[in-house]
This record gives sequence, C-alpha cells and structure tokens, in this order.
Amino acid sequence: MEKKKQRSVTRGIILTILAIAIGYTVYAAVTKDKINIVQAGAQAPDFEVVDLQGEKHRLKDYEGKGVVLNFWGTWCEPCEREFPAMTRQYAEFKGQDVQIIAVNFAQSEFEVKKYVANMGMTFPVAIDKTKSVFTAYNIGPLPTSIFIKPDGTIDRIITGEMTEKEIVQYMESIKPE
Amino acid sequence: MNKLLCECGHENPEGTTLCQKCGSPLSAEEKSKKIADMRYEGTAIRSKTYNKSIIDKIWNFFSSVKVGITLIIINLIAASIGTILPQEFYISVATDAEKEKYYSDVYGWFGEIYYALGLSDLYSSLWFQLLVLMLGVSIIIASIDRGIPLHKSLKNQRVKRHSNFMKRQRIIGEGKPTETPDQTLQLVEQSLKTLKYNVRREDDSILAERGRFSRYGAYVNHVGLIVFLIGVMLHLVPGMYVDESMWLREGETRAVPGMDGYFLKNDKFILETYDNVPQGEQIKQGVNVVAKNYQTDVTLYKQQENSVPGQAENLEKVKQYGIQVNHPLKHEGYAFYQMDFRLNEIKTMVFDLINKETEQSLGQLSIDLTNPQEVYTLENGAQVELMGFYPDFSGFEDGVPQTATQTPNNPAFIFKMTTPETPDGETSFVAIQQTLEPEGDNIYKMKFSNVETRHMSGLTIRYDRTIPILIVGGIIFMIGVVIGSYWNHRRIWIEQLADGTIRMAAHTNKNWFSMKKDLDALTKHAHLPQYVDQQEIENNEHVETEKDGKTL
Repeated sequence: MEKKKQRSVTRGIILTILAIAIGYTVYAAVTKDKINIVQAGAQAPDFEVVDLQGEKHRLKDYEGKGVVLNFWGTWCEPCEREFPAMTRQYAEFKGQDVQIIAVNFAQSEFEVKKYVANMGMTFPVAIDKTKSVFTAYNIGPLPTSIFIKPDGTIDRIITGEMTEKEIVQYMESIKPE
Repeated sequence: MNKLLCECGHENPEGTTLCQKCGSPLSAEEKSKKIADMRYEGTAIRSKTYNKSIIDKIWNFFSSVKVGITLIIINLIAASIGTILPQEFYISVATDAEKEKYYSDVYGWFGEIYYALGLSDLYSSLWFQLLVLMLGVSIIIASIDRGIPLHKSLKNQRVKRHSNFMKRQRIIGEGKPTETPDQTLQLVEQSLKTLKYNVRREDDSILAERGRFSRYGAYVNHVGLIVFLIGVMLHLVPGMYVDESMWLREGETRAVPGMDGYFLKNDKFILETYDNVPQGEQIKQGVNVVAKNYQTDVTLYKQQENSVPGQAENLEKVKQYGIQVNHPLKHEGYAFYQMDFRLNEIKTMVFDLINKETEQSLGQLSIDLTNPQEVYTLENGAQVELMGFYPDFSGFEDGVPQTATQTPNNPAFIFKMTTPETPDGETSFVAIQQTLEPEGDNIYKMKFSNVETRHMSGLTIRYDRTIPILIVGGIIFMIGVVIGSYWNHRRIWIEQLADGTIRMAAHTNKNWFSMKKDLDALTKHAHLPQYVDQQEIENNEHVETEKDGKTL
C-alpha cells in the first residue's frame, strides 16, 4: 500500500510538472505578440521627441498629467478624419492637464509641416525619423493612440479610428484627479 | 496488489511475464510460447500494472506506444498540411482582411478555405502546439514507464537461471562437453573474456554479457528529443529569441526592432551580377543575368547610456560591415542577415524651369524627396515654391491631391513658379506624365529632367540563445541512435550440471549472425556441444509444411 501511494505521488508530480510546462508554453505562445508590446496596465516606455517647433517632449516630464500618444502618417485617411476632433478636444482638455503628442512615421518635414498647417493641428507634432518610438511601442497599423495615465501606466491602446465621443471619453479617463 | 508467485518461490509484481529471479514464464500467454519474449526482460510495464486512479489513467494513456505512434502520425499529417500553401508570415500584407484577400485571390476557393480553417497560420495555432506538446509528454512518460523497469532488471540479473528460461531462449544447447569436462567452465570464462564479454560466475553457472549499454540507446534518443523540444519551447520565453525584419533604404538610419538602443544605417546596397554571355542551362531557363553578390554596407550605432527611444543624437558608432548572404553582421549574439532588396526607388527628382515657347531653361532644381524644401531659388531671380508634395499620388478628392502611401511610387508636386516675367507666380500641378495648370495657360513649366534612385535592403535580425540547447539535444539524439544501432546486447548463459552436462542459452537484441560467430568460437575453444537456433528450426518446419501442402 505504501508503495502504491508513493507511486501515485511520483506520477502525480511528473504529470503536474509536464502540465505546468505545457500551460506555460501555450500561454507564452498565445501572448507571444504581446509580450514585447506595451500593453494596457503596463508602464509606458519612456521616450523623447522633438516637435516641429523644436521643443523637446519627454514622457517622464509629463508625470502627473495624462498623455495621448497618437501615431500617424499623412497618407492615413482615418488619421486625417480624427484630427479635427482631436484638435477640438485638445483645446478643451489642455487646461485639465491632458496632453496630446502626435508622432509621425518618419516622413519629411516639408510634408508634415504642410499637413499640420492645413489641418490646423494645435498640439505638438513630432517626426520619428529613426522610427525608434514606433519600434519601442511596436506600432503596427495607423492610427494607433495610446492613452497614458498620470502615473505613467497605459490606460488603453486604440488601433484604428476613434469617434469624437470616444476621444472625449478616453481623455476623460486619463485626466488627473 | 496481487503478487505473482513463481515456482522458485520469488514474488513478482503483477504483470510480470518472466520471473525476475529464475526467468520461468508466469503468464499463460508466455507459457504457450516456445521462445520467450525478451522485450523489457519480461518485467511488468508500469502502466500495465496499475489502472485505478485518474493519475494512473492519464499516465497510462500517454505511456501507450499506440497513442505515441498515433500522435507522431497526426503531427506529421498536420505539419505537412501547413506546407501546402505558404504560411502567413511569408506574405507581406499586414491586416487580416488583406491576408484573407490574398489567399482567395492567389489560390482561389482552396485558399479561401485554407485561410478560413486557420491553416495559413498553422504552426503558431494552439492546437498544433498542443499536439507537439502531447507528443513530448508521451515520449517522457513512455520513457519513464519502460526505461526504469528495464534498467532495474538489467541491473539485477541473476547468473543462474531456471531451466524453463534457458530452454525457451532462441539459441540453446545441451550435452556433454567433447573434451576435458572438468575444465569446461574455466575455458568458457577464458574464451568469453577474450571475446570482450563481462563474465560473472556463481558456482557452476556463468552469465556473460556484452554491450548492455546499447539497450539504453532508445532512451538516450528520447532524452535528446526532449532537450530539443525544451529548446524550441524556450523560443517563447522573452529575451531568449528574436526574429524581426526591417526594410532599410540607402542613407536611412533606423532603430533596430528587437534590439533596444541600437540603430542601423544603410550606407549602400550592392547588387553584382556575372558579366557573362548566357549559355547552356542559362539560356534554356531564360535567365539573362546571374547574381554574384547581394550586399548591404551598414553601420551599427548605439545610443548613449541612459537614453530613451526617440533620442537619436550623438549615436555611438559600433561597427561597419558589409552584410552578404550567409555573412551576417554579428554583434552581442544578434545577427543581421541579408534577406531581400528592392531596387531603384526614386530619391531625387531634377526639373528644369523652362519657357514653354522658347524651351529656354531658367535653371535646374533638384528635389530630395526625403527632405523637400519649401523654396528653391534659381539664378536670374527666378524661384520655385513647393506648395505640395504627394509621394504616392492616387487622384484628387474634392480637388485635393491624395497620396496612397508614404513611399515615392508616383510622386506629384504643386509648384508655384515666379520669374521676372511672371512676378505674381504661376501654379502648376506636376505628376508623372501629367501636368495641370489650374489658372489657365502658363508661360513657364517644370520640365522633368532626370531622377536619382536608391535601393532598399530587407534585413532580418535574429537572436537565439536556444541554439546551444538545440545542438545539445541534436547531439544526444544522434548518440542515442548510434548506441542503439551499432552495438547490441549479447548474453550467454551457461550452466554445468552435476553429471558434467553443459546447458547453454544465448540471446541478443539484434545481429544474431555475430552472436553465432561468438558462439562458434566459444564452442570450439571450450569443446561445448553444438547449439541450435530454435527459431530457424521453427521457420524451416513452416517452410517444409508449406511445401508438403503444395505437393499434396
């Protein structure tokens, strides 16, 4: 009887170890694409960009404020559709300590400046010439907007176009208390 | 638990077919056989012994050879299905909708079904990975289940065996020695030692063994497979494995994906071809030029300490290298491979500002598409203002030019040309083979003169810490194969009875021919009676009965 019990325990331990190994592998495989990406709840990677006016924006310096990080390109139609709403909401939220920073996908200064002037965008726009911020945030399709809470953690990541209502709602949720 | 009691008085665990002490057959099935089944030495295979609790049931499922083979077959079929059409990661489209479209456009209804069933991303699918993992579990459990009892019984072999065991071996012999009966066992020992057998003697019994380790080949083999599987599994652990790709244009510096803090600059892409006159196979296959070299000259830069993404000033140069196919740039375990290229993307466009009637040029201006200027001043006081630039012009929308992508596939411009003759300026929209003059006929026009292009390199960045593990797994696997294939486990049992009669039996797991050669030498040296191969006799009997049948 003693031997039988011992045998069950040994088998149980081996099976448990194998089950854990499988569980981990499957979990890692399923979340593979997300491991290196920034995900909601995680700390947003720090970065620094220089906007068209030559001003530096470092994420760390915005601690205590909400930050909307918008990744875009001039050819991207949904980006173009959401900019007027973002410009309007920027005016609203600026006084409430929510900052918008738009990061362009390595286009020429000429194109970006013309575009910004045309669209009447008032928030800081920077060009990520080395695509280094894009890489750090593992950005795929455009537009992608990342809402960062005052404590520097990511509140949500929105891939694709947002309605003005959504923009308001999301900006509201990262407003400092 | 039921014990099986042998004639010799030894208690064997349930499921044992040959007594672990004397080797007598225990089960009815075993008793009915003329030659003993020596697989696993007749021990009880663990899974066959107990089948009570849920743990035992799971255990037994995975330890089954049938289940194992079924898993291997299912794995093979699944893996081969994945090779029918190219997998998603070989297709350079981004979104799911594009992928779906690609499969249905390129492969028709079959592609559509293939995509819908998820076979286009088979190897990363959950079910496929579960299949592989189940196979891994089956290998581990089956090895433990069979390997441990086998090891135990090989370790605890008795020298003296019951006559039932001896008689039921394939090779047996019995009879008086032909010469010097009182020295037979010494001669046997001597002879077997020169044949490199391990000889054990107990009273008048001898057990001689050779190449026992070859029985472990299959298990060594399995260990190798398991190590290999662990290595593959570790690919998924962050920091162990990176496989990224990037397009890099000449002159461009980019952050390296998967390698934080590093930047790579493409200094030059080189495509060299053989300068030969096509002949032979080359003409048959319609190949005009044969590539000799694909090379990207790059410079690797590192960010300053404590920098964050986006800070690309003061990059520190790490190294310069010409990446060629099979000659990657290597740095700190990372390797950059030359994978792909695209030639002649438009980089700079050169225009002449000319008078439409006289065709006289007021000067030339060259527009760097990666960094267009707002104003280009020419001599003679003329100037051209760039009002708009559309790198991939795709048509007008509400009178506004649109660009489809950021790549200069079809550049278009809006110019405002100011000359001493036209101080108010003339506006013109210029695209490839298309000029629009929205304010009526202009006096001047931008005449396309020439273009400068640049190439683009497709590089792959790899980082793999699991390679040593994979190599070790592979080596262990091969060692197992070699052990199991090139050696064999030979055993000879010899007993001298009180009246001087010699009783012998021999067994090997493979290569009976060599075994018999050993036995011949032994028989000659120790003057033993001639042995017989029971299986051969049995086969001959079969053949004879068949022949008889035919003649009847």
